[in-house]
Amino acid sequence: MTRACAVALGAVAVAVGAGLTPPPLAAQDTSAIDRGVRIGILYRPGVRPGMVVLSGNASTLDSVRTIIARDLDYSDRFELITLPGGDSIRVATAPPAPAPDARAATSAGGKATGGPAGHAGPAGHAGPAGSAAVGLNYPLYQALGADFAVAIATPSPDTTVVTVHDVAAGGVRREFRAHVPPLKDAGFRLAVHHFADRILEATLGVAGTAATRVLLVLDGKVYSVDQDGAAFTLVSASDHAALSPAWAPDGRRYAYMEFWQGHGRLIVQDLATGKRGAVATSGQALDFTPAFAPDGKTIAFSRATDEGTDIYTVNYKDNCCLQRLTVGRFSDNLSPVYGPDGRRIAFVSTRAGAPQIYAMAADGTDQQLFAPFDYGVTGSSYAPDWSPDGLSVAFHREVGGTYQVFVLDVRTRGVRQLTSLGRNEDPTWAPDSRHMAFVSDRAGFRQIWIVDVETGRIRALVPQSGARLPAWSPRLPETPASTP
Amino acid sequence: MKRFEMLVLGGLTAALVAACGGGAKPTPPAPQAANVDSAAQAERARQEAADRAKEDSLRRAQEEAARLAAQRTADSLAAIGKSTDAVKALLVTMIHFDFDKANIRGEEASILDQKVAILRANPTLKLRITGNCDERGSDEYNLALGNRRAIAAKQYLVSHGVDQANVETASNGKEKPIDSGHNEEAWAKNRNDQFDIAAGGDALKQP
Repeated sequence: MTRACAVALGAVAVAVGAGLTPPPLAAQDTSAIDRGVRIGILYRPGVRPGMVVLSGNASTLDSVRTIIARDLDYSDRFELITLPGGDSIRVATAPPAPAPDARAATSAGGKATGGPAGHAGPAGHAGPAGSAAVGLNYPLYQALGADFAVAIATPSPDTTVVTVHDVAAGGVRREFRAHVPPLKDAGFRLAVHHFADRILEATLGVAGTAATRVLLVLDGKVYSVDQDGAAFTLVSASDHAALSPAWAPDGRRYAYMEFWQGHGRLIVQDLATGKRGAVATSGQALDFTPAFAPDGKTIAFSRATDEGTDIYTVNYKDNCCLQRLTVGRFSDNLSPVYGPDGRRIAFVSTRAGAPQIYAMAADGTDQQLFAPFDYGVTGSSYAPDWSPDGLSVAFHREVGGTYQVFVLDVRTRGVRQLTSLGRNEDPTWAPDSRHMAFVSDRAGFRQIWIVDVETGRIRALVPQSGARLPAWSPRLPETPASTP
Repeated sequence: MKRFEMLVLGGLTAALVAACGGGAKPTPPAPQAANVDSAAQAERARQEAADRAKEDSLRRAQEEAARLAAQRTADSLAAIGKSTDAVKALLVTMIHFDFDKANIRGEEASILDQKVAILRANPTLKLRITGNCDERGSDEYNLALGNRRAIAAKQYLVSHGVDQANVETASNGKEKPIDSGHNEEAWAKNRNDQFDIAAGGDALKQP
């Protein structure tokens, strides 16, 4: 009772204080915001910072802008603000004329004389210095709800400059300058994606997933596609059926399994050159589900023989040192995946009857149940994928005659169901450990979808029906555009 | 006395039946019992003997069926013909499995029995067994399940006297369905073991 009174009194005091302060000021004076007392409703759509990607002034630039804007959108960390249209935003170019007066003047002058309609965004100021920093109407973008603005300019044909504005602070946060290969060059998209990741780094201080790809299986072949669904490319040989792609942790190579006359061999392929090589594992067997260890030389895989299926490791660099990790005479052990520190391997085992998720040390010792289950009640569990931050293992489990994606909390061993619509399986983590690609028939046919585990936002990766077994790459290195 | 008579009659009938081979109708007793005082008694004895013989023949019929089953391979081969093609046709006959199971169904064992006989008659013949699964299971797990199905057939063959070096196993998982349908009929077809001649199939002897 007394407490409530005190609160009420406090509120009155504030109200009185607020009521008393304005009188000396003019009625329309909005600078009261600066005095620290503000009464009103601030509408913010969501809690994520607003981001506006300003339009450019050349055809290539527009591609760059589109790709960057989509990457930032797909990061699910911003509210992307759509400007009301190229023409109407021209008003934004009236510069408040800060310190470099001369440059702002030339820039504004150039615009007034030669700027064709529709290219009037502030990013159009590709001054000789290559800086798009000047002349941004911060209050306007602030009013639009933007916390950050990104301007893209091409001061010379082979150089692209991306300027990140901190709209709230009213200044340039960071400026990146990089060589972007021509539009038709194979390295073009990756170079642009790297810009998006650097913007994320500069604004929120987090590493993005724009410069990543997803490998997937379609009609028995392995394809590569950028995480935004573009650059869909066949990567495996056209004359053999292939399955189970997996990335090396450095992002420079990947492995998959190829069928050879009823047997399966492991292929390691170089990302830059596309060069393929078979891993020399002994004998005729069905080797599948390769998984790279973080040490850069070991691959764990499943091998099916007439003793059953068990997990082995092999040194693919020196093609040696085959080692058997599991011995299941009457059970199968398969689908190994390393934790990010390389010390533990999660895998599937039928040792308790139905397949479930287990874990063991990298040398095969200390095997134990990983994802808890109720014997005879919990459905079969398959296809574990360990998140890059090490905290979670995603897998799919049978629920009511279909499959759903689950996430195991590695510390608490708690399991939670992530999906519920349709059949969902074969999850693979993005390097940020918050996005995940998986196969789902929620739209009527089997397709690869990407979900942001934080917000639940979901999108289809590729429109192709029947795409499956996705493998999300780590952050791809900024390799030269083409390696001759 | 009566009991003795019945035994004699029964034994006699059985002997007659045996002489006629399995499945023969019970033969009426010979008229050597003409000196028996009561015709009714004789009639009753005959009836009992007939019943007994019927039982006996039933048992024999069952035995015969079992014998036939054991020789089914030879019989069916003889019926089909002596060509290598006919032997091959039997060799590549598929077996099928229940959902998510890898055990040989009881009624499918006879298909494997045929293969046992052929493999034993052709010691240079090498067989490859490839396990397949329907589309419902998990992609990668199905490779292991298909492998289990191939192993199950191999173990059956080896336990029935086939040299294990002559049988190799493989698995397609669910990658090569015979029927691309999405219903139980298609799935049932796709849960199978396929048998291919890996080597030595040029001239096959029938068992």
